[in-house]
Amino acid sequence: MSTVVLLAVTGLGLGGLYFLVASGLSLIYGVMRILNFAHGAFLTVGGYLGYEAGHRFGAQANSWPVFALMLVVGTVAGGLLAVLVELLLIRRLYEREIEQVLVTVGLGLAAVALVSGSWGSDARTFPAPRWMARTTSIFGADVPNLRFACIVAAVLVLLGLQLLLGRTRYGLIIRAGVENRSMVAALGIDVRRTFTAVFGLGGALAGLGGVLTALYNSTVSPGMGDSLLIFAFIVVVIGGLGSVTGSAVAAAGVALLQQFANYYASAGIGDLTVVAALAVVLLLRPSGFVGRQVRLA
Amino acid sequence: MTAPAATAVLAVRELDAWIGLQQILHRVSFEVPATGVTALLGRNGVGKTTTLRALLALVRRSGSVTLAGSRIDAEPTHRIVRRGIGYVPENREVFAGLTVAENLQLARRGPGGPDRDQLLTELFPDLLGRLAQPAGTLSGGQQQMVALARVLLNDNRALLVDEPTKGLAPRVVDQVADALAVAAERLPLLLVEQDLAVVGRLATRVVVLAEGRVVHTGPAADFLGDQAEVRRLLGVSGSNAGGANAGGGSDGGHR
Repeated sequence: MSTVVLLAVTGLGLGGLYFLVASGLSLIYGVMRILNFAHGAFLTVGGYLGYEAGHRFGAQANSWPVFALMLVVGTVAGGLLAVLVELLLIRRLYEREIEQVLVTVGLGLAAVALVSGSWGSDARTFPAPRWMARTTSIFGADVPNLRFACIVAAVLVLLGLQLLLGRTRYGLIIRAGVENRSMVAALGIDVRRTFTAVFGLGGALAGLGGVLTALYNSTVSPGMGDSLLIFAFIVVVIGGLGSVTGSAVAAAGVALLQQFANYYASAGIGDLTVVAALAVVLLLRPSGFVGRQVRLA
Repeated sequence: MTAPAATAVLAVRELDAWIGLQQILHRVSFEVPATGVTALLGRNGVGKTTTLRALLALVRRSGSVTLAGSRIDAEPTHRIVRRGIGYVPENREVFAGLTVAENLQLARRGPGGPDRDQLLTELFPDLLGRLAQPAGTLSGGQQQMVALARVLLNDNRALLVDEPTKGLAPRVVDQVADALAVAAERLPLLLVEQDLAVVGRLATRVVVLAEGRVVHTGPAADFLGDQAEVRRLLGVSGSNAGGANAGGGSDGGHR
C-alpha cells in the first residue's frame, strides 16, 4: 500500500511538471499553430535564472523568501524570454509555419549550448527550503514534501488558467482563436497581440516549471528542459492540442503510467509504455481526448 | 452606370487576389453605393468569396480599396474591420465551442446601447432563450442569426455578407432575408447570394463576376429582367430560380 501511495504521489508530482510545460505548448499550438520546440529552453533558462537568484544568497538560499524569489525570477525570465522570441523572431514568420518550427528548434539547441557555456554542462545542486526535502507520512508512505509542492503548484496553475480562459475577455479571445483565428481577426480583434500574450504566458509557465523541475530533481542541468519536453509533447497530443483540461488529465495519466511501469516492470519500461500509449491514442483518437479536429481550411 | 465616387461607401479598383500561387481575381473594380444592397453574382468558383476576403485582407491581394474616402488596402484585417466593415462569412463561422452570449460578447467592439440590443431582440427572438447554449449545437439558421447579430451589434459603415441562405430551409431563408432587409435599411450591404429570389427581393445593384473578372455591373432589376443575360452569366434562368440555390450551391468552396 505504502509503495502504491508513494508511486502515486511521485507520479502526480511529475505530472504537475508535465502539465506546466504541456499547458503552454498546447495553448501556443492551439492559438498560433506552432509546435514550439524552444519550450524546453524556456524551462531550462527559467530554472537556471531561478538557481542564480537563489545561489547569490549563499547559506540563506534555503529560506522561504529566497525560494519565493526564485519562483518569481524563473517565471518572469521564462515569460520575458518568450515574449522577446515572439516579437523578434516568430512575428516575422507569421503564416510561414515550417520556418517558425525551424526557428524554435534552433533556439532550443542554441539555448542549451549557451546554458552549458555559462554554467557548465554538469548538474548543479539546487537550493530549496529544508522542508521540501523532509517527508510527510501519508497512508504509511513517507513522501518527500517537494512532490506535494509540485502537485499544488500545478493545481493552482490549472485553476488560474481556467479562470483566465473562462472568465476574462482575453480567455474568450484565446478560446475563439483556438477554433478559428482568422474569424477572430475578422471581428476586429488584433490576434497578433493575443499571439504574443499566449506565447509569453506559455513561457512564464515553462519558467515556473523550470524552477519546480529543478526542485523535483534537486539539481539544474542544461538538458533538463529537453528531457521534459519530449514527454510534454506526448501529453499535449494525448490530451488534445489546444485543450488545457485535456493536458491536465493527460499529464497525470502519462506520469502515473510511467512511474508504475518503471517500478513494477523495470526501469525504462515506463518511458516505452508512454510512447506506446501515444501510439494507441493516435490510432484510436487522432485529435486527442479533449481536442477538436484541427481545421485545415 | 457607375455611381459617382461621392456616394460610394466602398470603392474597389484593380483588385488582384491570390490563394496560394493561384491568382483568383484579375483587376476587379466596382463600387458599393452608400445605400442599398449590392449583389455580387457569378457561377461557382468565379471569385465571389475571394473578393470579400480580399477586401478584408484575409487573402493575399493588391489593388486599391477605399472605405468612405480612406484607403484601407494596406491595413491588417482587424483594423479594416474596426473602421466599420462587418463580415458575415460563408458557412457562418460562429465559434462552435463558445456560447451564443460569448459569440456576441467577442464580436462587440464598443458600448452597444439599448436601441441596438432592442433591434437584435426584435430581429432574432430565437436567440434570446439560447444565450447560454454552445453555438455549435444551434441549427444552421440559428447560427446564421448569430453571425448576423455579430455584425449588427456594432456601428458599421458597410456589411459584407457571404451566402447567408446557403443550406437553409425555405422558411428560414425568408427569416434571414427579412433580417437582411432590416439591416439594409440602416447601412449598405455587399451580398454574395446564389438564391436569385433573395437577390431580386433585396438587391438594388448587381456586380457579376466571371473567371475572376467583372463582366457586368448595373441596376439589379435590369439584369434580373434580362433572361438571356442571367442564363449566360449565371448559368440559370431567372424565372425558375426562385427558392432553389442556383448552380448546386453547396460546393462553393472557399472562393
